[in-house]
Amino acid sequence: MTPVQTPSIFAPVSTPAFAIRELSFFVLGLTAVIFVIVAGFAIYTLIRFGRRPANPDLEPAQVYGSKQIELAWTVVPFLIVVVLFLVTARYVWGIERRAQPPDALEITLVGNQWWWEVRYPKLGIVTANEIHVPVSDASTPALTFITLQSVDVAHSFWVPQLAGKMDVIPNKTNRVWIEPRRVGTYVGQCAEYCGLQHALMLLVVVVHPKDEFQAWVAAQQTPPAEQGTVTAGRQLFSSLACINCHTVRGTRSNGVFGPDLTHLMSRSTLGAGAARNTPENLRAWVKDPGAFKTGALMPAMKLDDTQLDQLVAYLVTLR
Amino acid sequence: MSSVPTAVPAPHDIAPASESSGVLATLHEWVVTVDHKRLGVMYVVTGLVFLVIGGLEATLMRLQLTLPGLTFVPAETFNRLFTLHGTTMVFLVGIPIIFGFGNYLVPLMIGARDLAFPRLNAFGFWVLLFGGVLLYFSFIGGDGLYGAGSAPAVGWFAYAPLSERAFTPGNATDYWNLSILITGFGTVATAINLIATIATMRAPGMTLGRMPIYVWTMLTVSAMTLLILPPLSAAQIMLLLDRFLGAHYFDTQAGGSAIIWQHFFWFFGHPEVYVLMVPGFGFVSEIIPVFSRKVIFGYASLVAATVAIGAVSFSTWAHHMFTVGMGGTLNSFFAASTMLVAVPTGVKIFNWLGTLYGGKLRFRTPLLFCCAFLFQFLCAGLTGIMLAVAPFDWQLTDSYFVVAHFHFVLVGALLFTIFAALYYWFPKVTGRMLSERLGRWHFWLFVIGFNVTFLTMHIPGFLGMPRRIYTYPADRGWDLLNLVTTAGVPLQAVAVLIFAFNLVYSLRHGEVAGDNPWEAWTLEWATSSPPPAYNFATLPGVTSRRPLWDVQHPDDPDGPHE
Repeated sequence: MTPVQTPSIFAPVSTPAFAIRELSFFVLGLTAVIFVIVAGFAIYTLIRFGRRPANPDLEPAQVYGSKQIELAWTVVPFLIVVVLFLVTARYVWGIERRAQPPDALEITLVGNQWWWEVRYPKLGIVTANEIHVPVSDASTPALTFITLQSVDVAHSFWVPQLAGKMDVIPNKTNRVWIEPRRVGTYVGQCAEYCGLQHALMLLVVVVHPKDEFQAWVAAQQTPPAEQGTVTAGRQLFSSLACINCHTVRGTRSNGVFGPDLTHLMSRSTLGAGAARNTPENLRAWVKDPGAFKTGALMPAMKLDDTQLDQLVAYLVTLR
Repeated sequence: MSSVPTAVPAPHDIAPASESSGVLATLHEWVVTVDHKRLGVMYVVTGLVFLVIGGLEATLMRLQLTLPGLTFVPAETFNRLFTLHGTTMVFLVGIPIIFGFGNYLVPLMIGARDLAFPRLNAFGFWVLLFGGVLLYFSFIGGDGLYGAGSAPAVGWFAYAPLSERAFTPGNATDYWNLSILITGFGTVATAINLIATIATMRAPGMTLGRMPIYVWTMLTVSAMTLLILPPLSAAQIMLLLDRFLGAHYFDTQAGGSAIIWQHFFWFFGHPEVYVLMVPGFGFVSEIIPVFSRKVIFGYASLVAATVAIGAVSFSTWAHHMFTVGMGGTLNSFFAASTMLVAVPTGVKIFNWLGTLYGGKLRFRTPLLFCCAFLFQFLCAGLTGIMLAVAPFDWQLTDSYFVVAHFHFVLVGALLFTIFAALYYWFPKVTGRMLSERLGRWHFWLFVIGFNVTFLTMHIPGFLGMPRRIYTYPADRGWDLLNLVTTAGVPLQAVAVLIFAFNLVYSLRHGEVAGDNPWEAWTLEWATSSPPPAYNFATLPGVTSRRPLWDVQHPDDPDGPHE
């Protein structure tokens, strides 16, 4: 089992998530004080006036109201609201108004039922379900601006340790930015109900040191080397319906409905978190994706065991 | 106390079946009735039946989420369960119970004989019931009669374009759409009826400024209903046009807008929360004074706060949409308008505390539920403030934090006030008291079970757990919290069973209530329990907000103090 990795909003690693945590501490503190005062007064009232009265038949003094007191408990909350609003507006604008520096990394994230397509338009890289970005440090800030689009229904981008949510909506282009300050792997998942497999729409962000990121880019830009030992599988792949939906750069497979498979084996999971990406799972997935993820749009290919072996032998060379 | 002679024959009293000429005759009487009291009872009973159904759906979902990676409930079923749970609880539990109480109580509280349009009232009820049946009929008919049957799985909010034919073929979504459309007609009819009744049928002396606060809350939410339901109906008709006639309002593949549906839906959906909650404030504003033995503190500011909440609620809807990319200006505006709701809401809480303060508290079951309500509603309000802070909302929305927040509103606050109201008015409706001992068991089990489940549920939201997922991996650190959340469910279930038993048992065997068992002061307690069909033979003169206080204390009537 992989070690526990909790995407807590209180464990930020990226600038907007830090800002939100700062704001949330202010709000939590303020509401805690209000809670203690009001609940404390309520408990005091219930205990003090809940005691058995000396003469229960006599009605207590009837107090109809008090203009001063009522005015006070209207005006004071109003002033608190004004302060809270000003603080909120500052953070809203601070985060949303962040201008894109010319050297920022650009990514286009496309929501699909039920996986993510990750495009690096300036780098010519297309992958799926895993975003790789460089770490930012004080001397050389590295911001990543992510353009969000959907091909089908509404989804939502949410990697809690990096930034707040931003919805991924068809016919609308949204944008979100991150500036991760710590190397590591951060998990998130789709946060807007998008149909049957909304629960299996994992999104992983891998934050690399700068040189490691450059190496990753170079590896992704190079089509995988053709290996003579898997010719049967390669031919099978290009003669079956696979190529209608999948792209393998450097070959004639150029389908666009499913995830780009050029570097399939560089990814950690299959079916956006439905299973770990091992050759055994890959074989079972190709045989029947529904066994891992009911309703996945990839059909079971009805291949016999030999064909499966040949195909998987080819697919595992896509590193 | 009452000036109504108890010997007056009352042919339409709610009487045990044995006294009428057989079950069929009784059934016939109830089916054809246009009496606001009987319709009120039928509304509330309908709501309670659907509450049990919706509760069972929630229980199944909680069982599935008890541990990571369970396969007890399949993905498709889980999605249908949360769709039906949300739709049922809002449209088939909240609305019927709230408008059912309004039906029963408003004419009695203002000294009227019935609602203004009794037959429209019956129409409203039967249309709502039909809508509810239609929703559940989708289990059989959702894929056409030849299909395996299904239920809608688009969520109670039915976000476009998931609700379009391309993504939800079959008819299940159409059942959802039509059923909500139809219940909406019934609700609008009832809202018109209540407004007309309150405007024209108040007893002599019952000026607007002397109406019970509960009547003010019903007037407010009826007016709100008239303004928010038609936009929802319009959007639903647009969706029907999309699905059946090839229109493209929300069809993004043909240039339609996904966002416009969200605006329509939340323009209804957010005020709707107040439509349900504000009458709950009305219950509390009636019950707390009686069990504190004090007049309500600050009547005028409570009424003003009620109307203010109604007014402000029309400009808060897009706080459900802080993450759709509206931009800084709109995000800031809706943050401000949402925070503003806290002011009148705070006024209400302070006024209730001011009423309790200095009282001689009688901790009977209705007051117990009101006390728990105060604390839980305070929590709900404060988490609501957190969600109004737009950047904080970017993290919290669509996570389990939001689920916990609105269950604090709709269960911890609203359902608790409904339980309080049921214990408080049951004697008036049936002539018998609910068992106090069972009431205490119900209260304590429910308050503990509720908080075990829903206080805990806030935390997985902080830890990044999104809502509407049918399963989650074991390596996220959410498992223990989900286990505890589910552990509260059996406590609540047992509490509800005890309550159901209490209702059935006390109907026959409860202590006889008499006209005014709580020594209350509003007009419904001036007539017999249960009230005769015509409600009042004669009315005590209304010269203040508490007519029966004036009768009890002729030496110190309310009038001069108001």
